Amino acid sequence: MATGEFAFHETHAHAAPRSFIRKWVFSLDHKVIGLQYYFLALTAVFVGMLLSLLMRIHLIWPNVSLPLLGELKPETYLSLLTMHGTIMVFFVLTTAPQGGFGNYFLPIQIGAADMAFPVLNMLSFWVTFLAFLVLLAAFFVTGGAPLHGWTGYAPLSALPSAGPGQGAGADLWIISIALFCLGALMSALNFITTTLDMRAKGMSLMRLPLTCWAWFITAILGLLAFGVLFAAGILLLLDRDVGTSFFVPLVIVNGQIAGHRGGSPLLWQHLFWFFGHPEVYIAILPAMGLCSQLVSVFSRKPIFGYRAMVYAMLSIGVLGFMVWGHHMFMSGISPYSAFAFSVMTMAIGVPSAIKTFNWLGTLWGGRIRFTPPMLFAIGFVSLFVTGGISGPFLAQPVLDIPLHETYFVIAHFHLIMGVASIFGIFAATYYWFPKMFGRMMNDRLAKLHFWISFVGTYAVFMPMHYYGMAAGLRRYSQSTDVAYMHSLLPLQKFITFAAFVTIAGQFIFLFNLFWSMKAGKKATDNPWEATTLEWTTATPPPHDNFGGHTPVVHNGPYEYSVPGAPRDYVMQTDPRTMEVGHKA
Amino acid sequence: MGLILLLVIWLITFASAYFFIAKTWWLPTGASAAAAGIDHHFAVTFVLMGIVFVAAQLILGFLAWKYREQKNSRPARYMHGNNTMEVTWTILTFILFVGLNWASEPIWGSERFRAADSRAVQVEVTGMQFQWYFRYPGPDGKFGATKPELVDPSAGGEGALGLDPNDTASKDDVVTGTMFVPVNREVEVILKAHDVIHSFFVPAMRFKQDAVPGLAIRLHFTPITTGDYEIACAELCGLGHYRMHGILKVVSEEEFGTWLAAREAEKQ
Repeated sequence: MATGEFAFHETHAHAAPRSFIRKWVFSLDHKVIGLQYYFLALTAVFVGMLLSLLMRIHLIWPNVSLPLLGELKPETYLSLLTMHGTIMVFFVLTTAPQGGFGNYFLPIQIGAADMAFPVLNMLSFWVTFLAFLVLLAAFFVTGGAPLHGWTGYAPLSALPSAGPGQGAGADLWIISIALFCLGALMSALNFITTTLDMRAKGMSLMRLPLTCWAWFITAILGLLAFGVLFAAGILLLLDRDVGTSFFVPLVIVNGQIAGHRGGSPLLWQHLFWFFGHPEVYIAILPAMGLCSQLVSVFSRKPIFGYRAMVYAMLSIGVLGFMVWGHHMFMSGISPYSAFAFSVMTMAIGVPSAIKTFNWLGTLWGGRIRFTPPMLFAIGFVSLFVTGGISGPFLAQPVLDIPLHETYFVIAHFHLIMGVASIFGIFAATYYWFPKMFGRMMNDRLAKLHFWISFVGTYAVFMPMHYYGMAAGLRRYSQSTDVAYMHSLLPLQKFITFAAFVTIAGQFIFLFNLFWSMKAGKKATDNPWEATTLEWTTATPPPHDNFGGHTPVVHNGPYEYSVPGAPRDYVMQTDPRTMEVGHKA
Repeated sequence: MGLILLLVIWLITFASAYFFIAKTWWLPTGASAAAAGIDHHFAVTFVLMGIVFVAAQLILGFLAWKYREQKNSRPARYMHGNNTMEVTWTILTFILFVGLNWASEPIWGSERFRAADSRAVQVEVTGMQFQWYFRYPGPDGKFGATKPELVDPSAGGEGALGLDPNDTASKDDVVTGTMFVPVNREVEVILKAHDVIHSFFVPAMRFKQDAVPGLAIRLHFTPITTGDYEIACAELCGLGHYRMHGILKVVSEEEFGTWLAAREAEKQ
């Protein structure tokens, strides 16, 4: 830790930057970089949402002519779903919780003045930004964006002749992913080093807020997962443009023999899902950490089972690397290994269940304040349960026979890694907005936004379970050609109408966000009466976070309603209550 | 606010559960020997997970309402957890999840751990953008050779598969665009793909398996009810994925024999 403090003084001995460029564009300040990531994700989420809106419209009115776009072709629908998935998974679910809030609050919550490597931090943001531009460029090249889905299964993704969008669009998609991997790897290194080396005096690992544990474990997953995806992306690019055959065997497309020999399409799936499954946890772990934080803060009660929460997240991290085969039960892998993957997958449900029990345990006997962040945290728990409960269906190969590649899967992962994580992002926004911008967000608009989002999410995704059970397949641009699916069209209509309302509700959030920056009620330094270090400093925090001094930590992060304490919360830096407080 | 939360969460829970319990939408009617076992295991999982779902949501709503902050409510309990409870629910969930999995193993095994019966009808199923072709080996019981350079999708049928006319084993091969199989006899499917990955999905047969270029994947199922069943492609294969559709006709043993003989006769 001594070296960490030394490093921080070295980096931050200089005064805050004065020029606009160094302060807001090429900034080394983790807070500015955090905001940059956040606004990148905000842009991305609205683009991704717009794409899903177009998809929903096309599904129920395949022949409708849209303003500017005209009638959508089946291949356009597939491009939309590819870009929707890629944008949402990479540039929203990976970017906002970790790059955005992690960057902003990890250093403050551990009592550091910045991340361990500020220049690397700036670089990871700008590489990620570049990756986003490259991805969007795919819409504008000949053939348009790729249609191979966000999973980019070879040989479809490897053969320019396999369909429109598989030419330049697919190249750009791979380059974008590879760039994103580089950014994520640099960021992961930074998070891990910062957590291990930059903690303030007294901030032992068992006194870390669960948010920090979540960011830390997420970073380790990122370090191990993105490297593999990066390598896979490069190999795919070589197959496409140099003529290698890593993923492509002898194939005949439209009667033409493509010049490949002996590659394995399953190899791509193994490499992709070796990244892809941990990625699910990269998206959800920060939300889990945050939700634990908020449930404790707003129940005015210590988190139930702090250590159990940490061990659960660690076991999710470890097991997360042993379950990728459950995406491949129907792919042609050995049925024996399918069963082994299935056992591991069912086992990973255990730590997830432990977390749910502990959230409920925290609410039990609390004194709950229904602030907007708390509403979203409770919504998160509800969605996490609902999305989680369909996991044990899909985790069993026998049940995957009828359910694989149906809307049941769509419902499952949208609820648990999609919307649950998004609820985490909303909760984090409402919770930390006062610290970041010095003002409160409007409470009424926030609550309205919650009710529309919560009910809307269920209205959109619950029917997808029914559609999937009835064998309704995903990635079908229209259901007109399969009789049994066409009879399910009323469900699709209901989903689309529910999506209209839910999407409209998100503009309330957008309005509230920008309106409150200008006109929100001024925030105090600790408006939620919370205990962690970010609430001990000024609002917004100064350039070096704590205005020239380094905090010393005396307590665990969840000391609420301590008997005998003067208030119902004890700051982590508060030395007086060492005797009564929880000694971790 | 606590009360509204309770009501909304409970209402959502009951409404969601209603459509499951009423089976308004459910698995398609099964028509294969394996369907009953799969459906039964689905039902078992459904009941257990349904209980967990309903219980967790109801408790969540209840706790939110019960422990809402009021002017006169008691201070929150100062407690850091309970190790006995942690151990208990960890063990219980472990037994539930992993036990469920072990219970499903024999069904999966009967589907995938054993080879097809020697009496099984062999059908080679080939997927290509955006069409399924079905090939029967004919009286000699042997599939003739195919050659990539002979493949011509526009020719359809044998031409689309690139059947080598010079191979004697290919003389009696029958290639069709609709799949015919006899009822109550095992069908061994040999799955292939020419260009990209496709997936052969027959919902009524509870049969789904990817067809992967470069691999010949052998699997089996036994239809037990005659009728026409839809085949849909279940792996994204390109712009025509949504219309890569086919029909499986399950007919009596005699009808199957007559049909196959007629195809043989057409060919000679």
